[in-house]
Amino acid sequence: MKSDPKGVLTGAHFIDGDHACAEGAIAAGCRFVAGYPITPSTEVVERIADRFPLIGGMFIQMEDEIASSIAIQGAVWGGKKAMTVTSGPGFSLMMEHIGLAAMTEVPCVFVDVQRGGPSTGLPTLPGQGDMMQARWGSHGDYGIIALCPNSPQECFDFTIKAFNLSEQYRVPVLLMMDECVGHMTERVIVPPADQIEIYPRRFYEGPKEEFLLFKPDNDMVPPMVKAGDGYNIHVTGLTHDEKGYPVMTVAAQEKLVHRLIDKIKMNADKIVEYKEDQVEGADVVVVSYGITSRVAIPAIDQARKEGMKVGHLRLIVAWPFPEKRIKELATKIKSFVVPEINYGQMVHEVERHSAGKVRVELVGHGGGAVHNPKDIYNVIKNSVKG
Amino acid sequence: MSDELLDVDESMPTNTVEEFLRMERMPHIWCPGCGIGTTVNCFAHALETSGLDLRKVSVVSGIGCTGRVAGYLKLDSFHTTHGRAIPFATGLKLANPELKVVVYSGDGDLTAIGGNHFIHAARRNVDMTVILINNFIYGMTGGQVAPTTPLTATASTTPHGNFEEAFNLPYLAESCGAVYVARWTAYHVRHVTKAIKEALAKKGFSFVEILAPCPTLYSRRNKLGDGLDQMVYYKENSEVKNDIDTKTVSLSFQGKITVGKFVDKERPTYLDAMNEYYGKKFGDKYTPYKG
Amino acid sequence: MSRTEIKIGGFGGQGVILSGYIIGRAASIYDDKHSTMIQAFGPEARGSACSSQVIVSPTEIAYPYITAPEIMIVMSQEAYTKFTPELANGGILITEEELVQPHNLRKDIKHFSIPATRFAEELGKKMVLNIVMMGFMTAVTNIVDVEAMRKAVKVSVPKGTEELNLNAFNKGFEYGISQKAKLN
Repeated sequence: MKSDPKGVLTGAHFIDGDHACAEGAIAAGCRFVAGYPITPSTEVVERIADRFPLIGGMFIQMEDEIASSIAIQGAVWGGKKAMTVTSGPGFSLMMEHIGLAAMTEVPCVFVDVQRGGPSTGLPTLPGQGDMMQARWGSHGDYGIIALCPNSPQECFDFTIKAFNLSEQYRVPVLLMMDECVGHMTERVIVPPADQIEIYPRRFYEGPKEEFLLFKPDNDMVPPMVKAGDGYNIHVTGLTHDEKGYPVMTVAAQEKLVHRLIDKIKMNADKIVEYKEDQVEGADVVVVSYGITSRVAIPAIDQARKEGMKVGHLRLIVAWPFPEKRIKELATKIKSFVVPEINYGQMVHEVERHSAGKVRVELVGHGGGAVHNPKDIYNVIKNSVKG
Repeated sequence: MSDELLDVDESMPTNTVEEFLRMERMPHIWCPGCGIGTTVNCFAHALETSGLDLRKVSVVSGIGCTGRVAGYLKLDSFHTTHGRAIPFATGLKLANPELKVVVYSGDGDLTAIGGNHFIHAARRNVDMTVILINNFIYGMTGGQVAPTTPLTATASTTPHGNFEEAFNLPYLAESCGAVYVARWTAYHVRHVTKAIKEALAKKGFSFVEILAPCPTLYSRRNKLGDGLDQMVYYKENSEVKNDIDTKTVSLSFQGKITVGKFVDKERPTYLDAMNEYYGKKFGDKYTPYKG
Repeated sequence: MSRTEIKIGGFGGQGVILSGYIIGRAASIYDDKHSTMIQAFGPEARGSACSSQVIVSPTEIAYPYITAPEIMIVMSQEAYTKFTPELANGGILITEEELVQPHNLRKDIKHFSIPATRFAEELGKKMVLNIVMMGFMTAVTNIVDVEAMRKAVKVSVPKGTEELNLNAFNKGFEYGISQKAKLN
């Protein structure tokens, strides 16, 4: 289906990534946002608060991030598309409710504009240190989807993509921005609404007497209903059966949790997305994401100028991770170079899936700035030697 | 209020309650003598005579013994995370204002871990009914001290007695802006039913505190006998004082219990305030939000 | 032509951020170029010398920060002292005549100055000083098409002040053309 033209600001804009994210949410049909101010994400909710009253949206500034991250889930059961926005400290507070959304299969979007951490860290400066938290931050096992935009344009595009994926797989989707992307101002093209593809909520359409709230379709994803539809639904964060009732058994746990993981894992080929540049025939492949995927380009260009065969694989979807592709490349190249604004997170995935076949070099950075491209270049240069 | 309301009405039909329950989930998990089931019975009766379209009634619970209420009610029901029933309910209500949203949870859940949400929902006057079952203790986790445990009472984490001042919940609710505040005990089934019915009919943040026995943990540890003994205590020590200043309704260990309807006033709800404000601000450009 | 890095420095309230925004908007929306603007946030943004950074490029911009600006526009003495050492070799420095006393200026730097405060005052509003600077910058650098700049000024300034700001821009632009002619 196509986007609702109401609220879509078709045209070319010069706006920052935070504002672009807000516009993406509006274009995606999001009409409920709950948030709590935190740098560097606040501009997202500021724009939402400004824009929502005249397009029929509900914005509420909650008392904290814990409240925000569950208010959106109430709103989804009430029939809205909903989002919350935060940065590191708030993201930590939201973890329990990312687990609730995963467990109760609530389609919703969490935006994390990453800053330097841990703790209060560097509120106004970039980091990429929440990547593993995005995957594993809530307790227990579950599948998750996380996207990494590298420009305001992608903040717009990927917010829509995040909503679409969340509806398609009934899973919370995490938009992993960073301070640099959030605060950087560039041209953002908002297409006409009829060119914006929207994945509609999967509502149950079968006979009422056969309805089971958590009975999955063939792709392992159950269709939804809303509160007030007359189904007397029961939703619980406890381990539950297809009816939604708590069942405290090993068998029920195994059946449910396995599906929560498998609906992402088994659909990974459809969800995984990355962009490659001159990867075929490369000796070294740089694996990057978010702002670092742009910072790596001058380093790669320099190395190529000097005759090195350097490819670039940029993660668009960080979770699920493109494990198949990394496995395949590990048999063809000499080494991977992974620059990221942390001291080693996604590099562990690259290492795991290249399984000792090639060298994997981290170009770490503590946060507070992006890399100096020279540092990435130097590691590439050393890696070419194999 | 007439005195006969204070007596348990034996003629009250009980079988009609079944249609409000998920009978396939019975038996419930509550202990013999626990007061939560009694309050659910009252809630069902209140619903029955409320005239509400039951398809549009949602019940939201947190975690704990009372948190399990949502799981037994044959309504749209949400068993959320510990302390967070109110913000979930806020999202649900604001997403679809047609729904009648009831939060049904315990004292520890709503006023300790969820205390911040409680005060803010009352402040905003979000249209919801909060039914709080106060058994003075954390039941599900084994009888730990709560923000409601009376001074000197023992709990598993105050084995030598409690020295922390407890919340006076009606006062807390009123001072934060609740438009309806009542307190009763599990003994006062008719009053509880009536209070819930009134709260459901009220627009805005309505709050009903119901004291209920926890024989397994609170009574046993404090040597107060069984569930029936607590009912006798409620009966003999409750004083109905409607409209009394909520500052004066603090509870003490086995002391007098002030019960009654303390607050019943009008104040614009969150949504009404928003629609009115934006209507003035934006004029014709603004379409009142209806979900 | 590759990317051009521009830094604008001044004190809070001078419209430093708006100036950067106008250049970026003109280049990326009204001219056929790419542009990235970054502004300082946090304690640095609240200091007396604030700045905005813009990159303008005919091709996509990868690295988003500036490292050695080729163009610098300075509207306060403190910003002059703090930022001019960053100027690229052979870079262009544009200063406000009354507010900045250029001393110890590197020989490689091409320096232009303009009495923008006086021009702004003549137009009746001292606050359009930054827009006068934008007009001047456009004339002496040619970094963005002048019509694109005019469009960007018009849509970026507060409603009701468009004409005043366009006059300010034109004043700076004309002065820039005349200064350039003198050099040639």
